Amino acid sequence: MSDDVPPADLSDRVPRAMHDLGGVPRFLCQAVDTAPHALDAFDREVDAIRQILGAKGVMSVDELRRGIESLPEDVYHRLSYYRRWVRAIAAILIEKGVISETALREAAR
Amino acid sequence: MILTDLDEHDILKGLRTLLAQKGIAGPAEIAERIVQTDAANPGQGAAMVARAWTDPPYRALMLADGTKAAEAMGIPMRGLPPLGVLENQPGLHHLVVCTLCSCYPRAVLGYPPFWYKSAAYRAKAVRSPRALLREFGTELAAEVAIRVVDSTADYRWMVLPQRPAGTEGWDAARLAAIVREGDMIGVTIPSA
Amino acid sequence: MTRPALLPAGTRVRVRLDWPETRGPCHIRTPYYLRGQEGVVERPLGRFRNPEQLAFARPAEELALYHVRFDLRRIWPEADADLLVELFETWLEAA
Repeated sequence: MSDDVPPADLSDRVPRAMHDLGGVPRFLCQAVDTAPHALDAFDREVDAIRQILGAKGVMSVDELRRGIESLPEDVYHRLSYYRRWVRAIAAILIEKGVISETALREAAR
Repeated sequence: MILTDLDEHDILKGLRTLLAQKGIAGPAEIAERIVQTDAANPGQGAAMVARAWTDPPYRALMLADGTKAAEAMGIPMRGLPPLGVLENQPGLHHLVVCTLCSCYPRAVLGYPPFWYKSAAYRAKAVRSPRALLREFGTELAAEVAIRVVDSTADYRWMVLPQRPAGTEGWDAARLAAIVREGDMIGVTIPSA
Repeated sequence: MTRPALLPAGTRVRVRLDWPETRGPCHIRTPYYLRGQEGVVERPLGRFRNPEQLAFARPAEELALYHVRFDLRRIWPEADADLLVELFETWLEAA
């Protein structure tokens, strides 16, 4: 047995999606930041917009999640929680033709 | 990824304008939704826990149907995911996580805390839960089994903690005051 | 058409060993670490629309959802815990 090489971690051996984080070694050695973090106005507005889009059947929570999961891995881990959300919301609404990318760029200026 | 040249605050500004123009979500509606969402808070869940500790039929209702138990306390649940409640016992401790995203019993606890959404919490909860609890200052006796609850789908889960010793004769309001957010997710344990 | 009866508590099940992640865009609510693992149905939770379809705004059928219990030590020996997780019927096979 002493000659056995320890098996690679499960999360390295399988085609895990980047948001599927249970047991992933890279994060096991990070301390959990247990301090309270208050939400700011940006966070609250994004959260409220997502709820309204869901309630009106414009975009489901499942679509939001797919949008978040479609972010590049480095972006996912770099962005704050609600920054991920707003990117996912914009991408899904453009994909569905609810808004156009051109109009969003105009309005974002 | 699209819109790589735009900052997220600019994306929000654009969305806000377009959603108002299209009559999908105006400023007043967004403001009202924020007020409603801010109203949900851990005090609601704590009131449910305190009532379960003092009212056996309510405890039975809570374990059988968390949604009805929340509604019985005046908490709006219509259109929201069903609530499930898992009871800690002398030899069994529950710990809730969402390893895929951040599913959280928002209707009864409010917005999820920062740590709940973090990659470190999501990674550790299913693999080193006892060590994770220590990061929250919670040391479980070795003989207490841990049951991790990975919240993956349509339910939202909260923990009914055990009533701590030293609270004999306390009324529900006094009991509710010692129940914290983390106690109802299972990262901490209430004490008198 | 009548729906099949829900699996009762205590039924042994295995999570399908499948990786839709390798076949293109998808949205899955079955964590990677449970694929191919054996568990026991704790209780049926009802029927809910299939999130794998909802995520693409496609017509979504209702699926039975189960709370299933696993021994996490069989996945990670150091885990020292068991697990309850919601899984849809399409991810479960007889064990």
